[in-house]
Amino acid sequence: MVAASHAIETEGLRKRYGAVEALRGVDLYAEKGIVLGLLGPNGAGKTTAVRILTTLIKPDSGTARVDGFDVVREPGKVRENIGLAGQYAAVDENLNGFENLEMVGRLYHLGRHAARQRADALLAEFGLEHAAKRLVRTYSGGMRRRLDLAAALVARPPILFLDEPTTGLDIRSRIALWDSIEALVESGTTVLLTTQYLDEADRLAHRIAVVDQGVVIAEGTSDELKHQVGGDRLEVSLCDGGEADAALRALAAVGVGEPAVYDHTVSVPITSGRGTIAEAVRRLDEAGVAIDDIATRRPTLDDVFLKLTGHTAAEAEEEQG
Amino acid sequence: MRAVANELSDMWVLAIRSVKRIPRQPDLLVGFTVQPVMFVLLFVYVFGGAISTPGFDYEDFLIPGILVQSMAFGGFVTALGLSDDLKKGLMDRFRSLPMSRSAVLTGRTLADISTNVIQLIVMLVVGLLVGFDFKTGIGHVIAGIALLLLIGYAFSWVFAFIGLTASSPEAANAFGFTFLFPLTFVSSAFVPVASMPSWLQKFAENNPFTIMVNAVRGLFLGIPVGHDIWLATLWSVGIAVVFGALAIWRYRRVVAR
Repeated sequence: MVAASHAIETEGLRKRYGAVEALRGVDLYAEKGIVLGLLGPNGAGKTTAVRILTTLIKPDSGTARVDGFDVVREPGKVRENIGLAGQYAAVDENLNGFENLEMVGRLYHLGRHAARQRADALLAEFGLEHAAKRLVRTYSGGMRRRLDLAAALVARPPILFLDEPTTGLDIRSRIALWDSIEALVESGTTVLLTTQYLDEADRLAHRIAVVDQGVVIAEGTSDELKHQVGGDRLEVSLCDGGEADAALRALAAVGVGEPAVYDHTVSVPITSGRGTIAEAVRRLDEAGVAIDDIATRRPTLDDVFLKLTGHTAAEAEEEQG
Repeated sequence: MRAVANELSDMWVLAIRSVKRIPRQPDLLVGFTVQPVMFVLLFVYVFGGAISTPGFDYEDFLIPGILVQSMAFGGFVTALGLSDDLKKGLMDRFRSLPMSRSAVLTGRTLADISTNVIQLIVMLVVGLLVGFDFKTGIGHVIAGIALLLLIGYAFSWVFAFIGLTASSPEAANAFGFTFLFPLTFVSSAFVPVASMPSWLQKFAENNPFTIMVNAVRGLFLGIPVGHDIWLATLWSVGIAVVFGALAIWRYRRVVAR
């Protein structure tokens, strides 16, 4: 591996907690400036990997480098180059928004004046100016996450770790946070993002590593992963199940693989969603097939998991307890 | 040099952070000022008449004892705070920063000194109102106050250890009261040791609380207390060192999970 060009790099990471093997040999790498998504259910080992990479815990074996620095031998150097934000929104509830960011700035040894300036700038950037003097315990969930992310950015770290940054947030807050993350990546920050949501990884990650039970079971771009589970499908609900054959004939030119028929629904693999529905509706109409509903369906995390592991993400979660 | 400056700066920043929470959590402030005041009133007006303290007015006997007890418990704010930081993930944030490791603990215990000062002022005022009187000069009184703050600082480390050991803030609280509370009572703080059964006297006489209370009585009331002032200082420093080491050890373990 070419260490110099990789912002994040791990080899054979293992970590055991008592009888539970949280990581069973994890290899990861992220080039500078990309978003690497770690996708997996609760208990898959995502957070353990992040905790090792951010020097919070030591691996039992294996190596990890962040910005070229070994996390075990040079933790201080690693800490100078990373920011960490996560699902717990680690901010002090008894301080206001400004004081939280100022405190973090001073702990980075920016100096009092610079820490205050940076706090003001970040509050403005994350739309929290109006709440700067309010105690964080009065913040909404979305505001806390934004403040948490702002705290991770105080020292403008080149590498950012986001551990399930949007878990538990409402859709509006999620999208606002996604926009912030995208802006960061545009400015050149390398991001390692863990998530349980395929749509989040899909939107933000350049490359995705699917993690299950402590190992990386698949890796690639979002399109590559979806291709492994069969890609997008066009699903047509028929008014009359007896017309399935006619529907399949009409859709033959639209589909690209093995179609499936169940109940009153015809499901056809397609390559691209754009214009497909209009085309399908036209052909079905010409063939005189009456339809109840038509939609394209993207593979979900469950589809990826089902295909890759033989169980769904929800089941994996239950197994992990 | 720079490392030392950063270390002190980190400690200061985190101490300020802890101090800021005092006026923002008034329930906490009420907890650690009203409770000792209630104790003073209960002992002076309810039990006081039934407890005989040869050679002393009960108020004079009681106030040094209750001051030592409340200094010892002032540190429970540290236990609650550390336990809370662990639970809320703030400890992870601090540990991912290029800052001093020990500042998380030293900053907290430093902040406790300010809460102990508040507590001390409230209690001395109440004490003077119920009839307590200093019988020594200003130098001795200041030395006594310094000793009380040292005792408070030492017990902040005991509570730091408890806060890092207990599974929740509630458990930390229960833990502290279950073990420390009886210890403060089996001492000379509230009753003369001579009034206890002989088997308990042995324990009470050597209880560090007895030595500390005697030392403060010596400094505030001018009674002869032998080496107790030095012994109390030694005990306080010893407790701070031992529990400081234990707290740092627990801190390393608990955050490495």
